Amino acid sequence: MLNKISSFFKKIWSFFKNNNSLLSSIISIGVGLVFGLIIMIIISFFTEDASIFDAFAGVGRLIIGPFSSGSARSLLSNFGDVIFYSVPLIMTGLSVAIAYKTGLFNIGAAGQYVMGTIGCLLVALYLPTTNRFSGILVWLLAFLAGAALGAIWGMIPGILKALFNINEVIICIMTNWIAANICTWLFTNCTSIISKENTKSAFLMKAYAAGNYTPKLGLDKIFNGSYIDMGIFLAIAIAIVIFIILNKTTFGYELKACGSNREASRYAGLNEKKNIILSMAIAGALAGMGACFYYLNSTEFKYSSQYASLPAYGFNGIASAFLANCHPIGIIFSSIFIRWINNGGEFLTGVGFNRYIADIVVAVIIYLAGFTRFVSELIVKYRKRKEKEVSRIDGKVIEYNPVKDGPKQEEPVDEKDKEPNPEAKEEVTSNG
Amino acid sequence: MDNLLLILQKTLIYAIPLLIVALGGCFAERSGIINLALEGEMIFGAFIGALCVRMFQGADGYLLAHPQLMFLVALLISGISGAIFSLLLSFASVKLKADQTIAGTALNLLAPAIFVTICLAFFNQEKLVMLDIPKYAIKNSELPFILAIFFDKAYLSTFVCIALFVVLSIWLYKSKVGMHLRACGEHPQAANSVGINVFKMRYLGTTISGFLAGVGGYAFIAASAAGTAESSVGGMGFLALAIMIFGNWNPVGIALGALLFGFLKCVGPLSGQIDFFKNLGLPIYFYNIIPYLIVIIVLIISRKKSGCPKAEGQPYDKGQR
Repeated sequence: MLNKISSFFKKIWSFFKNNNSLLSSIISIGVGLVFGLIIMIIISFFTEDASIFDAFAGVGRLIIGPFSSGSARSLLSNFGDVIFYSVPLIMTGLSVAIAYKTGLFNIGAAGQYVMGTIGCLLVALYLPTTNRFSGILVWLLAFLAGAALGAIWGMIPGILKALFNINEVIICIMTNWIAANICTWLFTNCTSIISKENTKSAFLMKAYAAGNYTPKLGLDKIFNGSYIDMGIFLAIAIAIVIFIILNKTTFGYELKACGSNREASRYAGLNEKKNIILSMAIAGALAGMGACFYYLNSTEFKYSSQYASLPAYGFNGIASAFLANCHPIGIIFSSIFIRWINNGGEFLTGVGFNRYIADIVVAVIIYLAGFTRFVSELIVKYRKRKEKEVSRIDGKVIEYNPVKDGPKQEEPVDEKDKEPNPEAKEEVTSNG
Repeated sequence: MDNLLLILQKTLIYAIPLLIVALGGCFAERSGIINLALEGEMIFGAFIGALCVRMFQGADGYLLAHPQLMFLVALLISGISGAIFSLLLSFASVKLKADQTIAGTALNLLAPAIFVTICLAFFNQEKLVMLDIPKYAIKNSELPFILAIFFDKAYLSTFVCIALFVVLSIWLYKSKVGMHLRACGEHPQAANSVGINVFKMRYLGTTISGFLAGVGGYAFIAASAAGTAESSVGGMGFLALAIMIFGNWNPVGIALGALLFGFLKCVGPLSGQIDFFKNLGLPIYFYNIIPYLIVIIVLIISRKKSGCPKAEGQPYDKGQR
């Protein structure tokens, strides 16, 4: 039993030790927090609200996130909110990631998210619901409508890229703004579904009529007073599905082949045009689903800005995707992490700083996450030097032995080399 | 006629930042670096520029008596701070061979965060308002039509940016360094084999790009936003990136694209003031969508060989030579 446990921990340890991209992510998080500390110290010199000690307290609050809130009650509700707000981020992150694996840069997640908003809100607010059952049905329809509109919006750059070879970035930027304008146009005119609180800057509308909201599964009882619903489980399930599609199916392999070398994949007989369009459609659907998870929530009024503007979720999705090195499972953690730090940032006012310092920390972490390659190279170099030292000691031992036995003695050394084998791992991570 | 003049003047004001920032994007991409951080560089440049102007306006000095000189100094400061900010991108993508899209995205997040943090810490508000609104450099209502577009109600930034645009475009294509820079975007290995320092050229391209983005950022807040710097420039940086792709990575194309887009973009907000559009009775959102739609349509019709630099986005690896 004890053996099993220890071998389990050894496995985890070796996973951490050998996964260079994970290690470098952790290093960049540490450096990002130190950078935040330095900025807070500098600010504390110039303002009277905070002292140097407050700067350390501030970093502490960033690290513990929702735990910075004093009472257990508000801790739970904050924690629930962190989870809830990270769900759309997971979806837009997945959207960026799957397009990136196909060699496309989906900067249009924001527009697809807006189209998802239109789809889900129109269906959810227009269709009549009488009881909880029809509510679930309407919820499902609204969800599908949001995903479908997002998929259509994602397909536009995909089709133009595949058929006319037009750079997807420009089409994505253009479709983003078209979507933002369509959204505002529609909601300005749909006076029947918009409640009276149509303020100057935002439409306020209740996304649920008779229970057409994302089921809560009792989570609202645990995390009392937060927005949380079962969206997080669905998002995790979707992330796992994307992971399986990308890594275990022929289709996913084709997408990745198309991403790493388009010409070669065409030469190999793959239909690269179909793959581009499908990948963008899936990416669009994912971003649309993100909007559905956000707006089909029961607790509160949700708003959509009245000025034709783009949601921050679309661009933050890029950040969460790249922080996780475009790994679908990693995106779950990176999204929750970003929201976690942001939530901790909201408690910074308590020690005399403003919450945007959390944004600086997140930005620095993402900036450093780009150095994955460089940091892994450093780690590999460090390991090699260490191994050299070890083998030098081993070599001395070998020298004392008779010459004939030399090769036999070297075998265990080879095996030792195999186990960590950082170089082979490095190849895999830098490709992926 | 007055309406047309109004639209054309607004077009110029709107198109100038796009033009100069898109040229900045062109410089970076021609040297082989995808500069996704244009938006962040604009915000950062505009922020430092506005901060300095506020300081000049608060203190009693030589610049206070000469607002146009102050405008020029602010443009220069914005450009330099944009260039310094862009060093973060070039350091990451040239020296450390980081993924350029990640570094760019991070800088786009970093710039507004720094902006708001400092503004809140020192001014207790989320935007930075200059004490005095930037004034027109020339105001002359008696000029004939064509001249009036340029020389009536014109900001200094218009002339500075046009001059910068022309000079730098010619420099990029006709000078030795400019040609070296473009070679690094097309085939860095070949460029290096004839003795061009690829790293140096890429640093140069990105730094010029950051400088132009900073200048564009200040031109935007001075002319379009009435001297108020905010933590966003309304997606201007991304639009400039789009204009650069629309212009096929080519200054002439960029100029045409920026003017066309600026013109179409200005019709929307002014449609309420002009009788012709008023009579059509279409909602403003319709006009707002048109410029984006037309860009897509033009791209579909005029699809030619992409002028995209071949080595764009790839870190230079000497070993591949």
